[in-house]
Amino acid sequence: MEIPKSFLGYKRENGRSGTRNHVIILPVDDISNACAEAVSNNIKGTIALPHSYGRLQFGADLELHFRTMIGTGSNPNVAAVIVIGIEPKWTKKIVDGIAKTGKPVEGFHIERTGDIGTVMKASKKAQEFVMWASEKQREECPISDLWISVKCGESDTTSGLASNPTVGNLMDKLEPLGVHLCFGETSELTGAEKVCATRGATKEASDKFMKTWSAYNDFILKEATDDLSESQPTAGNIAGGLTTIEEKAFGNFQKIGNCKFVDVLEPAEEPKKGKGLYFMDTSSAAAECVTLQAAAGFNIHLFPTGQGNIVGNPIEPVVKLTANPLTVKGMGEHIDCDVSKILSREMNLSEAGDRLIETTLRVANGRLTCAEALGHKEFVMTKLYRSA
Amino acid sequence: MATDIIIHDQKDNVGVVVVEKITPKQECNCWIMENDDSVNIQSVAEIPLGHKIAMVDLKEGDTILKYGHDIGKVIKSIKKGEHVHVHNVKTKKW
Repeated sequence: MEIPKSFLGYKRENGRSGTRNHVIILPVDDISNACAEAVSNNIKGTIALPHSYGRLQFGADLELHFRTMIGTGSNPNVAAVIVIGIEPKWTKKIVDGIAKTGKPVEGFHIERTGDIGTVMKASKKAQEFVMWASEKQREECPISDLWISVKCGESDTTSGLASNPTVGNLMDKLEPLGVHLCFGETSELTGAEKVCATRGATKEASDKFMKTWSAYNDFILKEATDDLSESQPTAGNIAGGLTTIEEKAFGNFQKIGNCKFVDVLEPAEEPKKGKGLYFMDTSSAAAECVTLQAAAGFNIHLFPTGQGNIVGNPIEPVVKLTANPLTVKGMGEHIDCDVSKILSREMNLSEAGDRLIETTLRVANGRLTCAEALGHKEFVMTKLYRSA
Repeated sequence: MATDIIIHDQKDNVGVVVVEKITPKQECNCWIMENDDSVNIQSVAEIPLGHKIAMVDLKEGDTILKYGHDIGKVIKSIKKGEHVHVHNVKTKKW
Protein backbone atom coordinates (compact mmCIF):
# COMPACT_ATOMS: atom_id res chain seq x y z
CA MET A 1 0.00 0.00 0.00
CA GLU A 2 1.15 3.52 -0.80
CA ILE A 3 1.07 5.34 2.56
CA PRO A 4 -0.46 8.84 2.31
CA LYS A 5 2.07 11.59 2.99
CA SER A 6 -0.33 13.84 4.88
CA PHE A 7 -3.46 14.07 6.98
CA LEU A 8 -5.93 16.87 7.71
CA GLY A 9 -5.17 18.36 11.11
CA TYR A 10 -5.36 21.58 13.09
CA LYS A 11 -2.14 23.61 13.00
CA ARG A 12 -1.21 25.06 16.37
CA GLU A 13 0.74 28.15 17.36
CA ASN A 14 3.83 26.14 18.39
CA GLY A 15 4.12 24.22 15.11
CA ARG A 16 2.48 21.02 16.30
CA SER A 17 -0.68 19.61 14.67
CA GLY A 18 -3.80 18.30 16.33
CA THR A 19 -6.21 15.59 15.21
CA ARG A 20 -8.91 17.23 17.33
CA ASN A 21 -9.94 20.76 18.22
CA HIS A 22 -11.06 20.61 21.85
CA VAL A 23 -11.64 23.50 24.24
CA ILE A 24 -11.07 22.06 27.70
CA ILE A 25 -12.01 23.19 31.19
CA LEU A 26 -9.21 21.89 33.38
CA PRO A 27 -9.64 21.72 37.15
CA VAL A 28 -6.37 22.08 39.06
CA ASP A 29 -7.69 20.01 41.96
CA ASP A 30 -10.51 17.72 43.08
CA ILE A 31 -12.56 20.46 44.74
CA SER A 32 -12.65 22.54 41.55
CA ASN A 33 -14.35 19.78 39.55
CA ALA A 34 -17.85 21.12 40.26
CA CYS A 35 -16.95 24.54 38.91
CA ALA A 36 -15.27 23.11 35.81
CA GLU A 37 -18.26 20.88 35.09
CA ALA A 38 -20.67 23.79 35.55
CA VAL A 39 -18.73 25.83 32.99
CA SER A 40 -18.75 22.97 30.49
CA ASN A 41 -22.51 22.58 31.04
CA ASN A 42 -22.99 26.27 30.31
CA ILE A 43 -20.80 26.47 27.24
CA LYS A 44 -21.53 23.88 24.57
CA GLY A 45 -18.61 22.34 22.77
CA THR A 46 -16.27 22.48 25.78
CA ILE A 47 -15.19 19.46 27.83
CA ALA A 48 -14.45 19.43 31.56
CA LEU A 49 -11.72 17.06 32.73
CA PRO A 50 -12.62 16.22 36.33
CA HIS A 51 -10.13 14.16 38.36
CA SER A 52 -9.44 13.17 41.95
CA TYR A 53 -6.20 14.91 42.96
CA GLY A 54 -4.23 18.14 43.21
CA ARG A 55 -4.25 18.92 46.92
CA LEU A 56 -1.34 18.57 49.37
CA GLN A 57 0.78 16.62 46.93
CA PHE A 58 4.53 17.11 47.19
CA GLY A 59 7.88 16.15 45.68
CA ALA A 60 7.96 13.97 42.56
CA ASP A 61 4.24 13.31 42.91
CA LEU A 62 3.44 17.03 42.72
CA GLU A 63 5.82 17.47 39.79
CA LEU A 64 3.97 14.69 37.97
CA HIS A 65 0.66 16.40 38.76
CA PHE A 66 1.81 19.66 37.20
CA ARG A 67 3.43 17.87 34.25
CA THR A 68 0.16 16.03 33.55
CA MET A 69 -1.96 19.18 33.88
CA ILE A 70 0.30 21.37 31.76
CA GLY A 71 0.90 18.59 29.23
CA THR A 72 -2.81 17.94 28.82
CA GLY A 73 -3.50 21.61 28.18
CA SER A 74 -0.52 21.84 25.83
CA ASN A 75 -1.53 18.82 23.72
CA PRO A 76 -2.10 19.93 20.10
CA ASN A 77 -5.55 18.30 20.12
CA VAL A 78 -6.54 21.14 22.45
CA ALA A 79 -7.27 24.55 20.89
CA ALA A 80 -7.77 26.56 24.08
CA VAL A 81 -7.90 26.00 27.84
CA ILE A 82 -9.75 27.34 30.87
CA VAL A 83 -7.92 26.42 34.10
CA ILE A 84 -9.88 26.52 37.38
CA GLY A 85 -8.30 25.92 40.79
CA ILE A 86 -9.07 26.74 44.38
CA GLU A 87 -5.92 28.83 44.94
CA PRO A 88 -4.26 31.36 42.64
CA LYS A 89 -0.67 30.12 42.80
CA TRP A 90 -0.96 26.58 41.44
CA THR A 91 -3.63 27.76 38.98
CA LYS A 92 -1.21 30.34 37.60
CA LYS A 93 1.62 27.83 37.39
CA ILE A 94 -0.49 25.63 35.13
CA VAL A 95 -1.73 28.57 33.04
CA ASP A 96 1.85 29.79 32.54
CA GLY A 97 3.00 26.31 31.54
CA ILE A 98 0.27 25.95 28.91
CA ALA A 99 0.76 29.53 27.68
CA LYS A 100 4.24 28.60 26.43
CA THR A 101 2.54 26.84 23.49
CA GLY A 102 1.05 30.19 22.41
CA LYS A 103 -2.53 28.91 22.58
CA PRO A 104 -5.31 30.84 24.37
CA VAL A 105 -5.42 29.93 28.06
CA GLU A 106 -6.93 31.68 31.04
CA GLY A 107 -7.01 30.76 34.72
CA PHE A 108 -9.61 31.37 37.45
CA HIS A 109 -9.35 30.69 41.16
CA ILE A 110 -12.30 30.12 43.41
CA GLU A 111 -11.08 31.48 46.76
CA ARG A 112 -12.65 34.86 47.65
CA THR A 113 -15.10 34.53 44.70
CA GLY A 114 -16.93 31.25 45.26
CA ASP A 115 -18.22 28.78 42.73
CA ILE A 116 -21.00 30.92 41.25
CA GLY A 117 -18.90 34.00 40.55
CA THR A 118 -16.10 31.85 39.17
CA VAL A 119 -18.47 29.91 36.93
CA MET A 120 -19.80 33.18 35.53
CA LYS A 121 -16.38 34.65 34.77
CA ALA A 122 -14.95 31.40 33.43
CA SER A 123 -18.05 30.74 31.30
CA LYS A 124 -17.71 34.10 29.55
CA LYS A 125 -14.12 33.34 28.66
CA ALA A 126 -14.97 29.74 27.67
CA GLN A 127 -17.66 31.01 25.29
CA GLU A 128 -15.16 33.35 23.67
CA PHE A 129 -12.62 30.49 23.32
CA VAL A 130 -15.04 27.94 21.91
CA MET A 131 -16.45 30.35 19.33
CA TRP A 132 -12.91 31.29 18.30
CA ALA A 133 -11.89 27.62 18.07
CA SER A 134 -14.97 26.73 16.03
CA GLU A 135 -13.59 28.74 13.11
CA LYS A 136 -10.36 26.74 12.96
CA GLN A 137 -10.15 24.66 9.79
CA ARG A 138 -8.37 21.40 9.15
CA GLU A 139 -5.33 21.84 6.93
CA GLU A 140 -2.96 19.46 5.22
CA CYS A 141 -0.27 18.37 7.70
CA PRO A 142 2.69 16.07 6.98
CA ILE A 143 2.23 12.55 8.32
CA SER A 144 5.29 13.17 10.51
CA ASP A 145 3.05 15.46 12.60
CA LEU A 146 1.35 12.34 13.93
CA TRP A 147 2.47 11.40 17.43
CA ILE A 148 1.12 7.91 17.96
CA SER A 149 0.93 6.29 21.38
CA VAL A 150 0.06 2.63 21.94
CA LYS A 151 -1.16 0.54 24.84
CA CYS A 152 -3.05 -2.76 24.88
CA GLY A 153 -5.74 -3.87 27.30
CA GLU A 154 -7.97 -6.80 28.25
CA SER A 155 -5.38 -8.73 26.33
CA ASP A 156 -5.62 -12.39 25.51
CA THR A 157 -3.56 -14.71 23.36
CA THR A 158 -5.09 -13.23 20.19
CA SER A 159 -3.42 -9.92 21.18
CA GLY A 160 0.05 -11.46 21.07
CA LEU A 161 -0.77 -13.49 17.94
CA ALA A 162 -2.35 -10.78 15.85
CA SER A 163 -3.59 -7.39 17.09
CA ASN A 164 -0.35 -6.38 18.82
CA PRO A 165 1.80 -7.50 15.84
CA THR A 166 -0.57 -5.45 13.63
CA VAL A 167 0.39 -2.36 15.64
CA GLY A 168 4.03 -3.45 15.30
CA ASN A 169 3.60 -3.67 11.55
CA LEU A 170 2.18 -0.14 11.49
CA MET A 171 5.14 1.09 13.53
CA ASP A 172 7.59 -0.57 11.15
CA LYS A 173 5.89 1.19 8.21
CA LEU A 174 5.38 4.63 9.80
CA GLU A 175 8.62 5.00 11.77
CA PRO A 176 10.69 5.71 8.62
CA LEU A 177 8.22 8.51 7.75
CA GLY A 178 9.27 10.49 10.82
CA VAL A 179 6.36 9.99 13.21
CA HIS A 180 6.78 9.99 16.99
CA LEU A 181 5.78 6.70 18.67
CA CYS A 182 5.35 5.75 22.32
CA PHE A 183 4.79 2.54 24.26
CA GLY A 184 4.66 2.11 28.03
CA GLU A 185 3.30 -0.40 30.57
CA THR A 186 6.43 -0.96 32.62
CA SER A 187 5.03 -3.78 34.77
CA GLU A 188 3.60 -5.63 31.80
CA LEU A 189 7.01 -6.07 30.27
CA THR A 190 7.96 -8.29 33.20
CA GLY A 191 9.35 -11.51 31.83
CA ALA A 192 10.30 -9.86 28.54
CA GLU A 193 12.34 -7.07 30.18
CA LYS A 194 15.75 -8.36 29.09
CA VAL A 195 14.61 -8.80 25.49
CA CYS A 196 13.01 -5.35 25.60
CA ALA A 197 16.21 -3.80 26.91
CA THR A 198 18.06 -5.04 23.82
CA ARG A 199 15.74 -2.82 21.75
CA GLY A 200 17.23 0.39 23.06
CA ALA A 201 18.70 2.41 20.17
CA THR A 202 21.68 3.26 22.36
CA LYS A 203 23.31 1.67 25.39
CA GLU A 204 22.12 4.66 27.38
CA ALA A 205 18.48 4.00 26.38
CA SER A 206 18.82 0.28 27.21
CA ASP A 207 20.37 0.98 30.61
CA LYS A 208 17.74 3.59 31.40
CA PHE A 209 15.02 1.08 30.53
CA MET A 210 16.45 -1.61 32.84
CA LYS A 211 16.78 0.89 35.66
CA THR A 212 13.18 2.03 35.19
CA TRP A 213 11.83 -1.51 34.97
CA SER A 214 13.78 -2.64 38.06
CA ALA A 215 12.50 0.28 40.12
CA TYR A 216 8.90 -0.50 39.18
CA ASN A 217 9.39 -4.21 39.82
CA ASP A 218 10.93 -3.52 43.23
CA PHE A 219 7.90 -1.37 44.09
CA ILE A 220 5.51 -4.16 43.05
CA LEU A 221 7.41 -6.78 45.04
CA LYS A 222 7.47 -4.50 48.08
CA GLU A 223 3.72 -3.81 48.00
CA ALA A 224 2.56 -7.27 46.91
CA THR A 225 0.63 -9.26 49.49
CA ASP A 226 0.39 -12.41 47.39
CA ASP A 227 1.77 -13.65 44.07
CA LEU A 228 -0.26 -11.00 42.19
CA SER A 229 -2.24 -13.77 40.57
CA GLU A 230 -5.41 -11.70 40.99
CA SER A 231 -3.90 -8.66 39.29
CA GLN A 232 -1.40 -9.76 36.68
CA PRO A 233 -2.58 -11.38 34.52
CA THR A 234 -6.12 -10.11 35.18
CA ALA A 235 -9.17 -12.36 35.36
CA GLY A 236 -10.05 -11.16 31.85
CA ASN A 237 -6.59 -12.07 30.57
CA ILE A 238 -6.89 -15.54 32.11
CA ALA A 239 -10.36 -16.07 30.63
CA GLY A 240 -8.79 -15.24 27.28
CA GLY A 241 -6.09 -17.89 27.72
CA LEU A 242 -3.14 -15.92 29.08
CA THR A 243 -1.49 -17.87 31.88
CA THR A 244 1.49 -15.88 33.21
CA ILE A 245 2.86 -12.33 33.25
CA GLU A 246 5.74 -13.53 31.06
CA GLU A 247 3.34 -14.71 28.37
CA LYS A 248 1.45 -11.42 28.60
CA ALA A 249 4.71 -9.47 28.38
CA PHE A 250 5.94 -11.18 25.22
CA GLY A 251 2.53 -10.55 23.66
CA ASN A 252 2.59 -6.92 24.76
CA PHE A 253 6.05 -6.44 23.34
CA GLN A 254 4.85 -7.35 19.81
CA LYS A 255 3.39 -3.85 19.57
CA ILE A 256 6.72 -2.21 18.77
CA GLY A 257 7.47 -4.35 15.74
CA ASN A 258 11.17 -4.16 14.90
CA CYS A 259 11.59 -0.57 16.11
CA LYS A 260 14.20 0.53 18.60
CA PHE A 261 13.41 3.08 21.30
CA VAL A 262 15.49 6.25 21.32
CA ASP A 263 14.81 7.27 24.92
CA VAL A 264 12.99 6.40 28.14
CA LEU A 265 10.51 9.02 29.33
CA GLU A 266 9.25 9.82 32.80
CA PRO A 267 5.45 9.57 33.12
CA ALA A 268 3.86 12.40 31.07
CA GLU A 269 7.28 13.66 29.90
CA GLU A 270 7.36 15.18 26.42
CA PRO A 271 9.84 13.48 24.06
CA LYS A 272 12.76 15.75 23.23
CA LYS A 273 15.01 13.63 21.02
CA GLY A 274 13.08 14.01 17.78
CA LYS A 275 11.18 11.42 15.74
CA GLY A 276 11.09 7.74 16.52
CA LEU A 277 9.95 5.36 19.24
CA TYR A 278 9.98 6.21 22.96
CA PHE A 279 9.34 4.07 26.01
CA MET A 280 7.41 5.78 28.82
CA ASP A 281 7.40 4.57 32.41
CA THR A 282 3.68 4.06 33.04
CA SER A 283 1.24 1.95 34.95
CA SER A 284 -0.35 -0.80 32.87
CA ALA A 285 -3.87 0.36 33.77
CA ALA A 286 -5.42 1.60 30.52
CA ALA A 287 -6.83 5.01 31.46
CA GLU A 288 -3.77 5.97 33.55
CA CYS A 289 -1.41 5.05 30.74
CA VAL A 290 -3.31 6.84 27.95
CA THR A 291 -3.73 9.95 30.14
CA LEU A 292 0.05 10.10 30.65
CA GLN A 293 0.77 9.59 26.95
CA ALA A 294 -1.73 12.31 25.98
CA ALA A 295 -0.08 14.64 28.50
CA ALA A 296 3.26 14.00 26.79
CA GLY A 297 1.79 15.39 23.56
CA PHE A 298 0.69 12.29 21.65
CA ASN A 299 -2.23 13.11 19.37
CA ILE A 300 -3.64 9.70 18.38
CA HIS A 301 -3.70 6.42 20.26
CA LEU A 302 -3.82 2.80 19.05
CA PHE A 303 -5.31 0.29 21.47
CA PRO A 304 -5.27 -3.41 20.62
CA THR A 305 -7.58 -5.52 22.76
CA GLY A 306 -8.39 -9.19 23.08
CA GLN A 307 -11.35 -9.66 25.38
CA GLY A 308 -12.59 -6.11 24.74
CA ASN A 309 -11.34 -3.10 26.69
CA ILE A 310 -13.57 -0.06 26.14
CA VAL A 311 -11.34 2.83 27.31
CA GLY A 312 -11.30 6.28 25.75
CA ASN A 313 -9.64 9.60 26.50
CA PRO A 314 -11.11 13.11 26.44
CA ILE A 315 -8.44 14.67 24.22
CA GLU A 316 -6.58 11.86 22.46
CA PRO A 317 -8.74 9.69 20.18
CA VAL A 318 -8.31 6.01 21.04
CA VAL A 319 -8.50 3.65 18.04
CA LYS A 320 -9.34 0.08 19.05
CA LEU A 321 -8.46 -3.02 17.16
CA THR A 322 -8.97 -6.67 17.93
CA ALA A 323 -8.18 -10.03 16.40
CA ASN A 324 -10.62 -11.92 18.61
CA PRO A 325 -13.67 -12.86 16.49
CA LEU A 326 -15.82 -13.35 19.61
CA THR A 327 -15.06 -9.77 20.70
CA VAL A 328 -15.98 -8.46 17.25
CA LYS A 329 -19.22 -10.42 17.41
CA GLY A 330 -20.15 -9.58 20.99
CA MET A 331 -19.04 -5.94 21.33
CA GLY A 332 -18.41 -4.67 17.83
CA GLU A 333 -19.51 -1.13 18.75
CA HIS A 334 -16.14 -0.74 20.51
CA ILE A 335 -13.94 -1.95 17.65
CA ASP A 336 -12.62 0.51 15.06
CA CYS A 337 -10.49 -2.02 13.18
CA ASP A 338 -11.24 -5.73 12.92
CA VAL A 339 -8.16 -7.87 12.20
CA SER A 340 -9.68 -11.20 13.29
CA LYS A 341 -9.15 -12.65 9.82
CA ILE A 342 -5.47 -13.01 10.73
CA LEU A 343 -6.41 -15.97 12.94
CA SER A 344 -8.20 -17.77 10.10
CA ARG A 345 -5.25 -16.81 7.86
CA GLU A 346 -7.52 -14.97 5.44
CA MET A 347 -5.49 -11.81 6.13
CA ASN A 348 -1.74 -11.52 6.63
CA LEU A 349 0.02 -9.20 9.04
CA SER A 350 1.04 -6.69 6.39
CA GLU A 351 -2.54 -6.43 5.13
CA ALA A 352 -3.70 -5.93 8.72
CA GLY A 353 -1.05 -3.23 9.24
CA ASP A 354 -2.27 -1.45 6.09
CA ARG A 355 -5.84 -1.61 7.29
CA LEU A 356 -4.82 -0.12 10.64
CA ILE A 357 -2.90 2.70 8.90
CA GLU A 358 -6.04 3.50 6.89
CA THR A 359 -8.19 3.53 10.03
CA THR A 360 -5.64 5.66 11.90
CA LEU A 361 -5.57 8.25 9.12
CA ARG A 362 -9.36 8.38 8.88
CA VAL A 363 -9.50 9.07 12.61
CA ALA A 364 -6.66 11.60 12.36
CA ASN A 365 -8.70 13.34 9.62
CA GLY A 366 -11.68 13.60 11.94
CA ARG A 367 -13.67 10.37 11.89
CA LEU A 368 -14.93 9.72 15.42
CA THR A 369 -13.58 6.64 17.16
CA CYS A 370 -16.00 4.15 18.71
CA ALA A 371 -14.91 5.37 22.15
CA GLU A 372 -15.62 9.00 21.21
CA ALA A 373 -19.05 8.14 19.79
CA LEU A 374 -19.85 6.19 22.96
CA GLY A 375 -18.73 9.05 25.20
CA HIS A 376 -15.63 7.48 26.76
CA LYS A 377 -13.57 10.28 28.33
CA GLU A 378 -11.50 8.53 30.98
CA PHE A 379 -9.04 11.06 32.39
CA VAL A 380 -7.10 9.38 35.18
CA MET A 381 -4.16 11.04 36.88
CA THR A 382 -1.31 8.87 38.10
CA LYS A 383 -0.51 9.42 41.78
CA LEU A 384 2.86 8.19 43.00
CA TYR A 385 2.22 8.17 46.77
CA ARG A 386 0.06 9.56 49.58
CA SER A 387 -0.36 13.31 50.00
CA ALA A 388 1.15 15.22 52.89
CA MET B 1 -7.07 -27.11 5.37
CA ALA B 2 -8.26 -24.66 8.02
CA THR B 3 -5.86 -23.79 10.82
CA ASP B 4 -7.04 -24.84 14.30
CA ILE B 5 -3.90 -23.94 16.22
CA ILE B 6 -1.16 -21.35 15.72
CA ILE B 7 2.35 -21.82 17.13
CA HIS B 8 4.52 -18.70 17.30
CA ASP B 9 8.01 -20.22 17.11
CA GLN B 10 9.25 -23.67 16.17
CA LYS B 11 10.92 -23.98 19.59
CA ASP B 12 7.55 -23.56 21.34
CA ASN B 13 6.06 -26.50 23.27
CA VAL B 14 2.56 -24.99 23.27
CA GLY B 15 0.18 -23.78 20.57
CA VAL B 16 -2.86 -21.46 20.70
CA VAL B 17 -6.34 -22.54 19.64
CA VAL B 18 -7.64 -20.07 17.03
CA VAL B 19 -11.04 -21.61 16.31
CA GLU B 20 -14.04 -21.27 18.65
CA LYS B 21 -13.00 -24.51 20.38
CA ILE B 22 -11.40 -27.87 19.75
CA THR B 23 -12.91 -31.07 21.11
CA PRO B 24 -11.28 -34.23 22.56
CA LYS B 25 -9.72 -36.59 20.00
CA GLN B 26 -9.92 -33.91 17.29
CA GLU B 27 -7.19 -34.07 14.65
CA CYS B 28 -5.93 -30.47 14.66
CA ASN B 29 -3.97 -28.67 12.01
CA CYS B 30 -1.26 -26.42 13.49
CA TRP B 31 0.54 -23.61 11.67
CA ILE B 32 3.98 -22.50 12.84
CA MET B 33 4.23 -18.77 12.13
CA GLU B 34 8.01 -18.50 12.32
CA ASN B 35 8.84 -20.87 9.48
CA ASP B 36 5.39 -21.26 7.82
CA ASP B 37 5.46 -24.99 8.58
CA SER B 38 2.50 -27.19 9.50
CA VAL B 39 2.15 -30.04 12.00
CA ASN B 40 -0.78 -32.07 13.29
CA ILE B 41 -1.80 -32.97 16.82
CA GLN B 42 -4.64 -34.93 18.36
CA SER B 43 -6.29 -33.07 21.22
CA VAL B 44 -7.05 -34.76 24.53
CA ALA B 45 -9.26 -32.09 26.08
CA GLU B 46 -11.82 -29.53 24.98
CA ILE B 47 -9.91 -26.26 24.62
CA PRO B 48 -11.54 -22.87 23.87
CA LEU B 49 -10.36 -20.09 21.55
CA GLY B 50 -7.19 -18.40 22.73
CA HIS B 51 -6.21 -21.16 25.14
CA LYS B 52 -3.08 -23.27 24.85
CA ILE B 53 -2.51 -26.92 24.00
CA ALA B 54 0.59 -28.91 24.95
CA MET B 55 2.49 -29.98 21.82
CA VAL B 56 4.62 -32.48 23.82
CA ASP B 57 4.45 -34.31 27.17
CA LEU B 58 5.60 -31.97 29.94
CA LYS B 59 6.60 -32.81 33.49
CA GLU B 60 6.67 -30.80 36.69
CA GLY B 61 9.46 -28.22 36.62
CA ASP B 62 9.65 -28.04 32.82
CA THR B 63 9.69 -24.63 31.16
CA ILE B 64 6.88 -23.54 28.86
CA LEU B 65 8.20 -21.94 25.69
CA LYS B 66 6.09 -19.53 23.65
CA TYR B 67 7.38 -16.87 21.22
CA GLY B 68 10.54 -18.98 21.59
CA HIS B 69 10.86 -17.64 25.16
CA ASP B 70 10.36 -18.85 28.74
CA ILE B 71 6.83 -17.94 29.87
CA GLY B 72 6.62 -20.01 33.10
CA LYS B 73 7.05 -23.38 34.75
CA VAL B 74 4.97 -26.56 34.79
CA ILE B 75 3.54 -27.24 38.29
CA LYS B 76 1.56 -30.38 37.38
CA SER B 77 2.53 -32.79 34.62
CA ILE B 78 0.79 -32.23 31.28
CA LYS B 79 0.26 -34.75 28.49
CA LYS B 80 0.58 -33.90 24.82
CA GLY B 81 -2.79 -32.60 23.61
CA GLU B 82 -3.94 -31.38 27.04
CA HIS B 83 -5.03 -27.89 28.03
CA VAL B 84 -2.17 -25.73 29.36
CA HIS B 85 -3.26 -22.94 31.72
CA VAL B 86 -3.20 -21.60 35.30
CA HIS B 87 -4.06 -25.05 36.75
CA ASN B 88 -0.78 -26.55 35.56
CA VAL B 89 1.55 -23.61 34.79
CA LYS B 90 2.80 -20.76 36.96
CA THR B 91 4.93 -17.65 36.50
CA LYS B 92 8.60 -17.75 37.48
CA LYS B 93 8.49 -14.04 38.31
CA TRP B 94 6.06 -13.26 41.11
